[in-house]
Amino acid sequence: MVVISDIIVQGVQMLLVLLLAPLLTGYVRKIKARLVRRQGASIFQPYRDLLRLMRKEVVLADNASWLFRVTPYITFAAIWVAAALVPTFAIGLLFNWTADLIAIVALLGSARFFLALAGMDVGTSFGGIGSSREVMIAALAEPAMLLIVFCLALVAGSTQLSTVSHLLASSYVGLRVSLGMALVALFMVAIAENARIPVDNPATHLELTMVHEAMILEYSGRHLAMIEFGAFLKLLLYVSLIACVFLPWQIALYGSGTLSYAIGAGAYIIKLALAGFLLALFETATAKMRVFRVPQFLGAAFMLGLLGTLLLFVSRSF
Amino acid sequence: MSAVALQMVCIAGLLGLAALAIVLSRSKISTPVIYGATLAVSAIALIGALRFLLGGAADATTLTLPVGLPWLGAHFRLDALASFFLVVINLGGASASLYGLGYGHHDPAPHRVLPFFPAFLAGMNLVVLADDAFSYLLCWEFMSLASWALVMAHHRERGNATAGYVYLVMASFGTLTLLLAFGLLAGPAGEYGFAAIRAAQHTPYAATLVLILMLLGAGSKAGMVPLHVWLPLAHPAAPSHVSALMSGVMTKVAIYGFIRVMFDLLGQPSWPASVVVLFLGSITAVMGILYAMMEKDLKRLLAYSTIENIGIVFASLGLAMAFQANGLKAAAALAFTAALFHALNHSFFKSLLFFGAGAVLTATGERDMDKLGGLIHRMPFTSFVVLVGCVAISALPPFNGFVSEWLIFQAVLQSPDLPQWALKIMVPAVGAMLALAAALAAACFVKTYGVTFLGRPRGKMAETAHEVDRFSLTAMFILAVLCLLAGILPGLVIDALAPVANEILGSRMPAQAAQPWLSIVPIAEGRSSYNGLLVMVFITASASLAVYFIHRFASRALRRGPAWGCGFSDAVPAAQYSSVSFAQPIRRVFGTLVFHARDHVAMPAPGDVRPARLRIELHDLVWNGIYAPIADAVAFSSSRLNRLQFLTIRRYLSLVFATLVTLLLVLAIWS
Repeated sequence: MVVISDIIVQGVQMLLVLLLAPLLTGYVRKIKARLVRRQGASIFQPYRDLLRLMRKEVVLADNASWLFRVTPYITFAAIWVAAALVPTFAIGLLFNWTADLIAIVALLGSARFFLALAGMDVGTSFGGIGSSREVMIAALAEPAMLLIVFCLALVAGSTQLSTVSHLLASSYVGLRVSLGMALVALFMVAIAENARIPVDNPATHLELTMVHEAMILEYSGRHLAMIEFGAFLKLLLYVSLIACVFLPWQIALYGSGTLSYAIGAGAYIIKLALAGFLLALFETATAKMRVFRVPQFLGAAFMLGLLGTLLLFVSRSF
Repeated sequence: MSAVALQMVCIAGLLGLAALAIVLSRSKISTPVIYGATLAVSAIALIGALRFLLGGAADATTLTLPVGLPWLGAHFRLDALASFFLVVINLGGASASLYGLGYGHHDPAPHRVLPFFPAFLAGMNLVVLADDAFSYLLCWEFMSLASWALVMAHHRERGNATAGYVYLVMASFGTLTLLLAFGLLAGPAGEYGFAAIRAAQHTPYAATLVLILMLLGAGSKAGMVPLHVWLPLAHPAAPSHVSALMSGVMTKVAIYGFIRVMFDLLGQPSWPASVVVLFLGSITAVMGILYAMMEKDLKRLLAYSTIENIGIVFASLGLAMAFQANGLKAAAALAFTAALFHALNHSFFKSLLFFGAGAVLTATGERDMDKLGGLIHRMPFTSFVVLVGCVAISALPPFNGFVSEWLIFQAVLQSPDLPQWALKIMVPAVGAMLALAAALAAACFVKTYGVTFLGRPRGKMAETAHEVDRFSLTAMFILAVLCLLAGILPGLVIDALAPVANEILGSRMPAQAAQPWLSIVPIAEGRSSYNGLLVMVFITASASLAVYFIHRFASRALRRGPAWGCGFSDAVPAAQYSSVSFAQPIRRVFGTLVFHARDHVAMPAPGDVRPARLRIELHDLVWNGIYAPIADAVAFSSSRLNRLQFLTIRRYLSLVFATLVTLLLVLAIWS
């Protein structure tokens, strides 16, 4: 019976991320619109977009291969699994030990690998430009992310997210320089990985600046819906990651009862709202940078991660 | 028959096959007979080695043959370390033979390949089994020469002669350093048997010198930067199944030599040695993959990527040395197992990818990626298995490459326990370099696969390509399945590697097969765990769910149409992204520093109808900085010394006299 309730809690988490992801994106868009004194679309607009895309037919380029058609599902599945492995309202869930933080980063890498391949599949210059820029950004963002993981793992003595979260929620850790560096670096990586301003602008269709959009330019209909959904999930994943590692307050412990789960869920929603507001504020305040400024931006994240890790290697108390 | 005797019989069989190939040389049946028999012999050797390893490899068996030096004989020994590398060699050998059954048909001159192929395999097997310095060096040289002959198989093709020459020079240099290393190990007593070397005490100076010599000797064979220059020339020059053996298997023999000497014969490693190995390993990893990123020749790219993987293995071995020197037994076992696991994985996916490159070469006659494209439509099976290889080598879950990299990262996270400051600062940097190499590898293989197999065909050859034969496909398919199996059931592999770590380091990773749900747990579950099987199941389940819901509820309409070209549809396939243009952003970020890369654009004035031209300038700093000056110095001094050939008798005699007087003077002053 315990196993069944565990599976239910895990299932709730998987469904929760699925349901909340479009809402978070819609919320960020709404706040951004309000910040520049526009009305903005409803925060439920992403759901409508997804439904509309699903109802449309798929227009497939003549040259597209099977890889192009399966990529949306592979990408979506990989991101969904990764997102479900990040604790949201509770830690110590049934399958938390399946994969640690390094594996979650690698799962996102798998999703990007296939998406970049799909960009090359049709054989247009746009797909190529998008893929080639995307892998360049990833080649810098992924090592930075891994160094952040090292940083967290050295503080917590574990790469398991549940353990990290549990430890950081306790008063044992306190404020640390290295954690501060990791937080800043993680924020920068999250911006780059989610194709947000200033690294990339998901709303633009201007050839010179677009990265992610160029890569998926040939997608339409239900395929595009899956890819968009994957992108929503990825944003939620990063926000949940920052929340569960750096703001682990009120997160419920494994098997601590329904009330505790409810409090955890409430706290989680509040954290999402806060993070979404900050993200919108940041995006409104900055301008998109040139593509070749991105390496400097991500290089800074990489160096921050390395410095944080180095401090921890030199002294455990930093 | 003891396990080692079985292996020796197999090796004798391989040598017999080499002789048979010379006899059969020009007959039609030689190709199927030789490859078929080699496949059978390799399979027997593989099963023998696997049974020995899985049986716990408890008792090492030895065998002495009355050949070689008169008072020494030739000693051979099968222990856990040797049996692991025998598995790697014979698995590679068996799959390459299977592939050769099909691929060999396209060979215009099979008699140039057939005798050397089994001989090369026999040489590699012998190196691993050798138990005294003399047989070791003899077999090492035999292996080098057999592979050199294979590199020169198509000696008339452009560049192959140079490749063979550079390989010969580097291989001789490597053997020379190994000779000196074993000379130092044997010491004044001149005990060449490994058992005697193991028992002897070695001074720290000798140990340092041996480290340097081994790095030069085994490192040059493995392809460590800056000794790698021969590798991207020689590996692609050989026929593709031999390239697979050279890249996937022979580099492992070099790693074996390094492990045997540094961990086994020399006794306890010292921590400063590990700093050198860590440094060279991580530099090799990043440099190798950057070279690969800049490359557009399919097989050369794969050869450069081998350099990267060798770097990862050496970095991991360096970690193991650091832990072992400080008595951190569990962490040492973790790093050592990770290194072996990665070596095994690399032999799987690199062989697979070289086979894939061979299939592309058979189908199109082309190695230049920028003339390929769209092969996924014409070679569906090849493109599928190569995709598996690309995902595996890019270290993406749930395939095997990820597991070994994950283990290495876990080992890096154990390092704050190291007491030395140099290591405390070194190890995070190594972790960062390895992370960078992993990310760049993914980028590189997106490029490789995307340009070769996806998009539109860039030439006639790619348009009319056909799927390759069944033998080749079977060989590739088996390796692809092995990549997946090692990725989803890594615990079984780790347990199989435990006797090796136990024998070399005296410690092993905890037993993994007993873990619930077959997860792998390097230290403790609270610290880290990974379950490839469940990740695979989750991905499959969620993808199936997504497909089910989409097909149940969403529109299923589908229309084919031309690709959207922003109002201007380019009819020319050459307008696609090529490998050079794909690499441009990374070339700009890393290449300016590492290769002094510059892009020159010649843009004609408005009204001028000449095409604009882009020229890329790359400098191989290792070649220009180290090898070119040496080559120049050799050429310069030899042209000077050349005069000595044309002296008169009188001058020769006075030269001899002067030399004699000088030597006597030196002797007089010395004593």
